Amino acid sequence: MNLIAKQEKDGRYLLMGNEAIARGALEAGVAVAAGYPGTPSSEIIENLARVTTERDLYVEWSTNEKVAMEVAAAGSFAELRSLCILKQNGVNVASDFFLHLAGSGTRGGMVIIPCEDPGALSSINEGDSRHFSRMLEVPLIEPGNFQEAKDMTKWAFELSETLRCPVMLRSVTRLSHASGNVVFGELPVTHHKARFQHDGFILDPDTGMISSAPVAYRHGLQQEKLQKAIELFETSPFNTYTGPENPELLVITSSACNLYTKEAIQLLDVGDRVGLLKLGTTWPLPPKLLGKYLATTDKILIVEEVIPFLEENVKILAAETAETIGIKKFYGKRDGSIPSVNELNPDLVITALANILELNYEGVAAAYTEKALPLAFLNAPVRDLTFCPGCPHRASFWNIRTVLKKDNREGFVCGDIGCYSLAMLPTGFSTTKTMHAMGSGTGIASGFGQLARFGMDQPVLSVCGDSTFFHAVMPALVNAVHHKSDITLIVLDNSGTAMTGFQPHPGLEVDAQGSEALKLDIQAICESMGATVQVTDPFDFKATQNALFEMLQIKSGVKVLVLKQSCALSPEKKHTRRFEMSVDSASCLGEDCGCNRLCTRIFRCPGLVWDKVNGISKIDDAICSGCGVCASICPVGAIEKREVA
Amino acid sequence: MEKQTIQSDPYNLIITGVGGQGNVMASRVLGNMLSNNGYTVTIGETFGASQRGGSVMSHLRISLTDSYSPQIAKGRAHMVVALEPIEAIRVLAQYGNENVKVLCNTRPIHSVGVISGEQKYPSQEEIQTWVNDLSSQAWFINATDEAMSQMKNPIFGNIMLLGALAATNELPLSIDDFEAVISETMTPDKVQLNLAAYEKGGQMLTQATASVSG
Repeated sequence: MNLIAKQEKDGRYLLMGNEAIARGALEAGVAVAAGYPGTPSSEIIENLARVTTERDLYVEWSTNEKVAMEVAAAGSFAELRSLCILKQNGVNVASDFFLHLAGSGTRGGMVIIPCEDPGALSSINEGDSRHFSRMLEVPLIEPGNFQEAKDMTKWAFELSETLRCPVMLRSVTRLSHASGNVVFGELPVTHHKARFQHDGFILDPDTGMISSAPVAYRHGLQQEKLQKAIELFETSPFNTYTGPENPELLVITSSACNLYTKEAIQLLDVGDRVGLLKLGTTWPLPPKLLGKYLATTDKILIVEEVIPFLEENVKILAAETAETIGIKKFYGKRDGSIPSVNELNPDLVITALANILELNYEGVAAAYTEKALPLAFLNAPVRDLTFCPGCPHRASFWNIRTVLKKDNREGFVCGDIGCYSLAMLPTGFSTTKTMHAMGSGTGIASGFGQLARFGMDQPVLSVCGDSTFFHAVMPALVNAVHHKSDITLIVLDNSGTAMTGFQPHPGLEVDAQGSEALKLDIQAICESMGATVQVTDPFDFKATQNALFEMLQIKSGVKVLVLKQSCALSPEKKHTRRFEMSVDSASCLGEDCGCNRLCTRIFRCPGLVWDKVNGISKIDDAICSGCGVCASICPVGAIEKREVA
Repeated sequence: MEKQTIQSDPYNLIITGVGGQGNVMASRVLGNMLSNNGYTVTIGETFGASQRGGSVMSHLRISLTDSYSPQIAKGRAHMVVALEPIEAIRVLAQYGNENVKVLCNTRPIHSVGVISGEQKYPSQEEIQTWVNDLSSQAWFINATDEAMSQMKNPIFGNIMLLGALAATNELPLSIDDFEAVISETMTPDKVQLNLAAYEKGGQMLTQATASVSG
């Protein structure tokens, strides 16, 4: 029995925030869930996908976030409760449809959950999607602990059904990927019945056609829904206050920052001086509730991640009610009390509180820091991120780098989003030179590929993973083919959405639920688009380098090289070794070789280490995955591979 | 001799190591053992870089009353469990204090900078001296090598460290709690292997303690 589908009411379990969200959706009787995998959101869909049979659900990993939201919306239009899960900055991808959905309204409760990554712990941006709620005019709620992650998810479906509009629930890494104790509620008995009513009066939101037009009429309805949301938010139990009746300082916060602020107040022991207003409903803000607490003091600190969204909205309300609540002194991101970038933590909130309340606080004792910091700084080697041992990307970028050097025209690679983003670092031989959103590598390459007319004579390459290919590269590739852009796309096909945990994608024969799915062939797609396509194994250096070099010499049009080799951590490869590797100590010439220690200094697989004592390279058996690639690197053939029987 | 309560509320424990060592698994098992015993547990994890050679940490907050921040405040750790020795130093510099205790695996994992020869990795003796200097009590066991030689898989090193942690008597942990948690997800043969690793870890800690006091 999967933990999140346990019937037991009032059971108390240690759950990841994402598991708590999934449980909340089950308690709400969700019928359709769709998303695109990505940190820190993936476990929500993964957990729901495991219980599709016992909980009567349809769950899918969609091609991208916009499609995921459309799939979920269809569930809502057919009177089912539906869920759309988005990774950090996923709202951006879905936002075009989201705007129209906000205007058209929904039927069955529909909840949209972006999980974001303040501090970019596993991203290359720290985008904050909360502004979308104001921009698209949909209600926004934010859980402030693990229990609320479950409870507010369940409530979000009810709210959406009451308001007839999508509700956005925002989580962050420190909730989604953290764990805490959650008490379960009841799982409903569900008999899902889907039916789309479309032949009623055209303007009837429940029986007529569904659209955001006529705009003036529907936009008016949308605003009425927001007014109703405000009324409900005024008395929501998810907005809580703890502290004295008239605090010296009022802190207004939401989400994970609630936990940081609680801890800061406790560590400074200022519970009798500071009030904490934790908001679960963060847009539109309930003005009466805010007015009541703003009136209790003159000093307000707003603690939030990442941009000053809450701060600005509170200030608007404060300005509108200044006559009754009086003039306030605000602290937050805009005056620098709280850092304007990166994630927060208890210490940053302590610093802000200590400054405002004129207190002294010592985190790590000065005497301790004096001995510990130099030890750590001088002796703990920095751990640069690196491709895993046996990773096909290391071999792929080695091949690309080698061919670009041989080609010798200062060719470059436009990068994309996935594990292979690391190719901008030494682990990928610093091969990629641009790095933006999913699919952008090929879009940018398509543009570079037109610049020969202005004298640009460098070969233009782009890379993408197999999942990214379907997500956003296909339209860019169509553009490049159609406009005869002179580019080479390298698809790093490792047979799964590897970075986020091997979720299936349209190139595989299985779907999120484990059912058989129709597999789309990347090679055939590219060929049918009109590209010149070759497929090689990146572990085969000679074939891959020859194919790529040939492609770079073709002067016009789109070339695609598919490099096929599964991820070293894929379930079929993990804990298995194809080769036993060893270094022949008699053959390895070490520093005298003239290779400049190519294997450990340049190739730098973590499974290969420099044995300082003996002055030769050696294999680290605890790390080596036995892929055999490094045997092709050594110029004197000192690295030996022996096939494991 | 099992302790029935925690020494501080919240009790703050950090498990640190390198991506791929099983940090997340160790923290979940430990968290579930304590949660099943009625404690309110909060775990904060950094696993964005978990498979890619970066330093990783799990913060465990153990309380009788409340959920805490998934990030421990600086200088407030009670116990650091290091799956990799130099990571102990890195974590102590941020979260350590004169009273902190450390349980340390002695098997190093070299960063690419060390592999390439650009950076130096300190000797085991140096690291032990520093850890002792930065803690009120420290235990060192070679769990990875023991797991490699006896169980043919370095991942059991984590379980040995959990067994060793229980044997420090710093937290209310028992092998029955451990068995209950792993039985939820593992097949019976795997459970037996893990129980053996857990027990071995306890024995290694007892030996390590004896050699220090002796």
